[in-house]
Amino acid sequence: MKGLKVVIASGKGGTGKTTVATNLAIAASPPVRLLDCDVEEPNAHLFFNRTASETEIVTIPVPEVDEKLCDGCGECARFCRYNVIACYGSVPMIFAEMCHGCGGCLLVCPRKAISEIQKRIGIMDHFSSNGLSIVTGRLDVGIPTSPPLVRAVKTKIDEAATNILDAPPGTSCPVVTTMKGADCVVLVTEPTPFGLHDLKLAVDTVLELSIPFGVVINRAGSGDDRVGKYCGERNIPLIMELPDDRRVAEAYSRGEAAVNAIPEYRELFVLLMKKIRQMAENSARGKKV
Amino acid sequence: MKIAFTTEGTGLDSPLDMRFGRAKNFLVYDLEGDTFTVLENSQNLNAPQGAGIQSAQAVVKQGAAVLVTGHCGPKAFRVLSAAGVKIYNTDAATVSEALTLYRQGKLKEACDADVEGHWA
Repeated sequence: MKGLKVVIASGKGGTGKTTVATNLAIAASPPVRLLDCDVEEPNAHLFFNRTASETEIVTIPVPEVDEKLCDGCGECARFCRYNVIACYGSVPMIFAEMCHGCGGCLLVCPRKAISEIQKRIGIMDHFSSNGLSIVTGRLDVGIPTSPPLVRAVKTKIDEAATNILDAPPGTSCPVVTTMKGADCVVLVTEPTPFGLHDLKLAVDTVLELSIPFGVVINRAGSGDDRVGKYCGERNIPLIMELPDDRRVAEAYSRGEAAVNAIPEYRELFVLLMKKIRQMAENSARGKKV
Repeated sequence: MKIAFTTEGTGLDSPLDMRFGRAKNFLVYDLEGDTFTVLENSQNLNAPQGAGIQSAQAVVKQGAAVLVTGHCGPKAFRVLSAAGVKIYNTDAATVSEALTLYRQGKLKEACDADVEGHWA
């Protein structure tokens, strides 16, 4: 089977991204790699037992100025779109904690006064559990920019495997960084006004990125039918409805995946995986024509 | 000597903008000539990050020795202090009111940032 990259995202937080991502990872046929890209609060690993893990420190290159070479021209400050550098005819002041590590300031410096030093932003954990490969990114406390760590986690994508990426909530840079290059996106929502409001934002984001996507309604039956109506009107495939089921919550509270605790849920997620693969393949075929 | 004020408008009667990094405009007042110029700050107003840093740089480049504003965050404070700009916080309603308070010596110089970044 061909490799695949699926992103599990949502507009609203707490809709069940990690529930869907972990259950899907367990139900999918191996080889499977689960990548937790919610690096500000990773939690997918909590559902798996591990004996040992490999930890890598993640750094980004940040600029350092050689004061003897710098003539204060300010090119670096003008170039930096992250507003990290202040220069007013003096040696520039650098706020490295906000740097994205793009390296642009080095390139534009006419005096070659800027070099790079490595700054730690977080860690990556890699472990196996029951044949499943799990990668988790964890941003250090106080680091304001997470996309570089999300990109680091994504370097662990196994092109030959089914990769399931658990995205952060919302629709901002960390989410877009997670989604880029994906074959398919699954948007998890709940049947409430809040769920629908944020789903619409997420749909606009995925459309902008031109990635095929479908919607999963979690806790179906607990709210109203406005999410279903919206998907119908917009021609968005509704690829799974997870019922509002106390047994799922009970398994979750024990740190157990629903597909392991409740047999019929395995079938639901096997079917979901099938639909995801179809969406990705249909879109790939469409692009070739 | 030049004084920079943060303002929501373009004149002396305009309201003082309580925000520094994301102030709408800077009014730079020249005490010697009693004249002023207005610098638009829309670029930093919409910046996702680093508005204070860039606004501080802009104020320094205008040649202001003093900044009078509502609040000032830690990164802007660092840039302004490094450039020797004195910072005064005030809750004055308008630019002219703040200018009068400054002239009367009723404003106290800030010795640290008075808010966190992204406070508003």
